[in-house]
Amino acid sequence: MTIGLSHYLTVAAILFTIGIFGIFLNRKNVIVIMMSIELMLLAVNINLVAFSAALHDLVGQVFALLILTVAAGEAAIGLAILVTYFRNRGSIAVEDINLMKG
Amino acid sequence: MYFLQNYDAAAALPEAVLAVLAMALLMYGVFKKGDANDHVTIGAIVSLALVAVLVIFAGEDKSSAFGGTFIVDAFARVMKAMALFGSAIAIVLSAHFMKRVKMARFEYPILVMLATVGMMMMISANDLISLYMGLELQSLSLYVVAALNRDSAKSSEAGLKYFVLGALSSGMLLYGASLVYGFTGTTTFPQIAAALTAGGSTLGLTFGLVFIIAGLAFKVSAVPFHMWTPDVYEGAPTPVTAFFAAAPKVAAMALFMRVMVSPFAAVVVEWQQILVFVSIASMVLGAFAAIGQNSIKRLLAYSSIGHMGFALVGLAAGSQQGIEGVIVYMMIYLISTIGVFACVLAMRRKGEYIEQISDLAGLARNHRGLAFVLSMLMFSLAGIPPLAGFFGKYFVFLAAVQANLFALAIIGVVASVVGAYYYLRIVKIIYFDEPAEKFDAMDGEVKWVAYAGGAFALLFAGFANYLTTLAEAAAQSLY
Repeated sequence: MTIGLSHYLTVAAILFTIGIFGIFLNRKNVIVIMMSIELMLLAVNINLVAFSAALHDLVGQVFALLILTVAAGEAAIGLAILVTYFRNRGSIAVEDINLMKG
Repeated sequence: MYFLQNYDAAAALPEAVLAVLAMALLMYGVFKKGDANDHVTIGAIVSLALVAVLVIFAGEDKSSAFGGTFIVDAFARVMKAMALFGSAIAIVLSAHFMKRVKMARFEYPILVMLATVGMMMMISANDLISLYMGLELQSLSLYVVAALNRDSAKSSEAGLKYFVLGALSSGMLLYGASLVYGFTGTTTFPQIAAALTAGGSTLGLTFGLVFIIAGLAFKVSAVPFHMWTPDVYEGAPTPVTAFFAAAPKVAAMALFMRVMVSPFAAVVVEWQQILVFVSIASMVLGAFAAIGQNSIKRLLAYSSIGHMGFALVGLAAGSQQGIEGVIVYMMIYLISTIGVFACVLAMRRKGEYIEQISDLAGLARNHRGLAFVLSMLMFSLAGIPPLAGFFGKYFVFLAAVQANLFALAIIGVVASVVGAYYYLRIVKIIYFDEPAEKFDAMDGEVKWVAYAGGAFALLFAGFANYLTTLAEAAAQSLY
């Protein structure tokens, strides 16, 4: 069996779904949510690189590099906000994020 | 200028200028001894005004940069001018507030400027990559700004919620973008449009489209992606909420319009039904969920969800007239919202800011002018005829009817009648309830912004012609 485009797309789709479920089903810790977000972005990168290779077009890889960069910035800002949150509440459990009812 | 031309970036001159000015002000704030907040605030307002002049007057009628991934046309100009205006007024409104609650930091105006650079990138995006970069520059600045009040548990919770849900929506948008790239083989909007016209739609592409719409719907806070809005509006400091409600909504709506109309014009039947659903759900939720609110900021959050639903009615029509309606709607929404938030910032008793609707009781006896202005703005948001809000709704519903979306238009009108209830309730509280204690004297700039917003709502019919001509030219340039 040769590994083709559809295999890569399937892996990416599975990772992306795990990422989304990680955000919604996780009842413990905000750090796990951030890991799930990272997982989603990496799934997108697999998609882009696989398409890029299949199409013989470099734009997809450029896009993937830009996403990696932005993801790093996003993680930094997320952790910074989490630190201020922890200082105020002394906890980062998901079930404690309930000052406002939404 | 010559330098920019060398890198095919001449059309992005306003963005470059704003980014450089933001950097310069940041350096000034970091290296100045003592408090830099006042100077940086004034500098930020002046920079935004300067860039607005550049946006309106510099450059050719239609130009592009970075190999066609960045486009400047009449549409981009109008929307950018609106976004810059919203950001500048938001900074003006914040000055006294930040000092009173002891969080006057020079980083705030700079973050607003950087968010505005992101908004301008979004408005001019003509490629999936530049779309993503603009969107993230805006969002990352907004996450920080939402959590600006580091010592408040509510503010940091707002920032955290906004961050998690915002990152989720960016992920969905990106997944959609990757599918669109894979199934059309390109990321630039004109080439996607060409591929769609030639090859029609495939299943993978439809998936991509749906994910992109989900991501964009989050940014304009349309149902079912609205969950963050009330919490972020309530938790963030009031001037920050005023900023959130104004400029980023305009930019996100502009991006939404360009993405739907430019690359996906050929598959209008596919996105139209999604947008019809999203807009009905937003209008209905905005109308009903606002009824039970006690906090004026939460009420305004649901009100803005509803207004985004009304604006999406025009987009769902999928016609040039619909786009024109959305542009007019966003102009009216922007100025009314800023006016209302200026009124909210005037609610101050013994030096403390208050935000319960009941605090407005009997405002008419203590503060006649403010009461009148706030009531006019409420009537306008409700869409009562001679005022501004009515014309916005008229244009979008007209476009929907002409696109044969009768059900959408009828549900929209019913939702706006239901919504009128809670706007009129505020007017009733202002005029007929037993007066509560007096507010403190208003700050000058808050007063002027509130009065200007009220005057705009009241006198809109007088210059409607001018604004609709502007919107018409803008809508035309998209097609």
